[in-house]
Amino acid sequence: MKLYELTIHEAHELLKKGEISSKELTLSVIERIQKVEDKVRAYVTINEEEALKNSEEVDNTRDFSTFLSGIPVAIKDNICTYNLRTTCSSKILENFIPPYDATVIKKLKTNNAVIIGKTNMDEFAMGSSTENSAFFPTRNPWDQTRVPGGSSGGSAAAVAADECIYALGSDTGGSIRQPANYCGVVGLKPTYGRVSRYGLVAYASSLDQIGPITKDVTDCAIVLNSICGWDEKDSTSADVPVDDFTKYLVEDVRGLRVGIPKEYMGEGIDEDVKSAVLSTAKLLEKMGAFCEEISLPHTEYALWAYYIIAPAEASSNLARYDGIRYGVRAKNYDDLIDLYKKTRSEGFGAEVKRRIMLGTYALSAGYYDAYYLKAQKVRTLVKRDFDRAFEKYDLILSPVAPSTAFKIGEMVDDPLKMYMSDVCTIPVNMAGLPAISIPVSFSNALPVGIQLIGKAFGEGTLLKVSYTLEKAVNLEKRKPQLD
Amino acid sequence: MKISKETVEHVANLARLYLNDEEKKEMAEKLSSILEYMDKLSELDTSNVPPTSHVIPIHNVFREDVVMESLPLSEVLKNAPDSEKGFFKVPRVIEE
Repeated sequence: MKLYELTIHEAHELLKKGEISSKELTLSVIERIQKVEDKVRAYVTINEEEALKNSEEVDNTRDFSTFLSGIPVAIKDNICTYNLRTTCSSKILENFIPPYDATVIKKLKTNNAVIIGKTNMDEFAMGSSTENSAFFPTRNPWDQTRVPGGSSGGSAAAVAADECIYALGSDTGGSIRQPANYCGVVGLKPTYGRVSRYGLVAYASSLDQIGPITKDVTDCAIVLNSICGWDEKDSTSADVPVDDFTKYLVEDVRGLRVGIPKEYMGEGIDEDVKSAVLSTAKLLEKMGAFCEEISLPHTEYALWAYYIIAPAEASSNLARYDGIRYGVRAKNYDDLIDLYKKTRSEGFGAEVKRRIMLGTYALSAGYYDAYYLKAQKVRTLVKRDFDRAFEKYDLILSPVAPSTAFKIGEMVDDPLKMYMSDVCTIPVNMAGLPAISIPVSFSNALPVGIQLIGKAFGEGTLLKVSYTLEKAVNLEKRKPQLD
Repeated sequence: MKISKETVEHVANLARLYLNDEEKKEMAEKLSSILEYMDKLSELDTSNVPPTSHVIPIHNVFREDVVMESLPLSEVLKNAPDSEKGFFKVPRVIEE
């Protein structure tokens, strides 16, 4: 086995025993990037020199007591990294070098993680395909004519292509789970507030959440352990006890009550995706769980309420890009307002402008009640759907996306169709719940995953069931052919 | 809800964006079709439903009022597109 193919826990064992060094592991990953990056294009910035230096430093300490010590990680390019360019895949932030680390980065650095680079994404995390990057689209390692999903497409593709050992992404409406699903890896969106958002470039603040994208469920628990916890720098961070999530890595689903929402299995969902969900339900039942159909009646409304709330918050958050304190400034302008307008018009891409416009419209005089307030009320109804379901069930099982990875360019001119690809993931963000995407099968050589949705702060149950399923389907060592 | 070119111009001004004629036309069409779908929300009676702006109870975070070191000026201005003598440089805003 090549070193770059290792999981965190496998690499950790070898590092601890002294059988490999962090520098060897990091070099192996860098060589892999050099070999396959032309085909995948997962990275905006590769931090080669610094990563090698850091790996040597870790080797010198000989301290591999923590799981992440000396292990290369890829970071979505909307998470601030001190002295390392953070662009959000936008022209407006093309030259931005953060003067501070996001809290999650600080935590990774405390654990001696080695940051290998910053991954491509849809501009400001707005999109479902990583085609909206201002720089270049990332390709799906399983089929390079297809999208890796979005907006954390670079992170998911980098993990699937073994261009890192694990990655961090962010999820506002499915941006960790959907690309993890298309790329055949594990992606977890933690409960809102579980992980600090300090240093995450804000898209829609009441929905955004940072989470891990990993090669297997064990790694997912390990990364969550390292990044979660209350943070005084984030007023939306939840002050709940920090669990050891590795204790949930046991095979046991006996007595578990699982609901399968019929609204997630209806029209528009491909047959192979439905059959992956139903086979998973059968498998769970065989192992002692109880599954039955349930209803989450406001699912369709959740999508449209999301596309009011998220752009409204985005229009406010993105007001800070005015060409004064950071980012790119337009070259010729007449006065201050002209400077703002030219900078923003030249700096933002089409999808970002569309969402700023939609959000500004929804918040403008005369429309606030009709759109924004209405959407926030619908959000309450969506949350109540889940509250009711969780009175009876421990877990919800559903598809992650309506289809497997679609072709590059297939939906790029049709935002409505693109928005529909997030229909199974968006309600989870609206309710702030944790959810995980794990691969369970293949259809026409493309990965198909399932989504498990848990109660608030119920990541432990999600990890336990995912771990059990992962062992049962045994897909973990299947790799895309890139050589 | 049909969005007119005039509405697009008004909203673009609020959002501090310039749009050319083609972009205005495209924006009017795409926003209209997106908002048409959003009108589905009016099917729901939400008169007695409270809005949810955050799913967890959030409150202001206060820290002790102690003097701490701030970022050095050079770090603050490092990303500035234009600066002079320790300040961000902006176009003149005071009219003659």
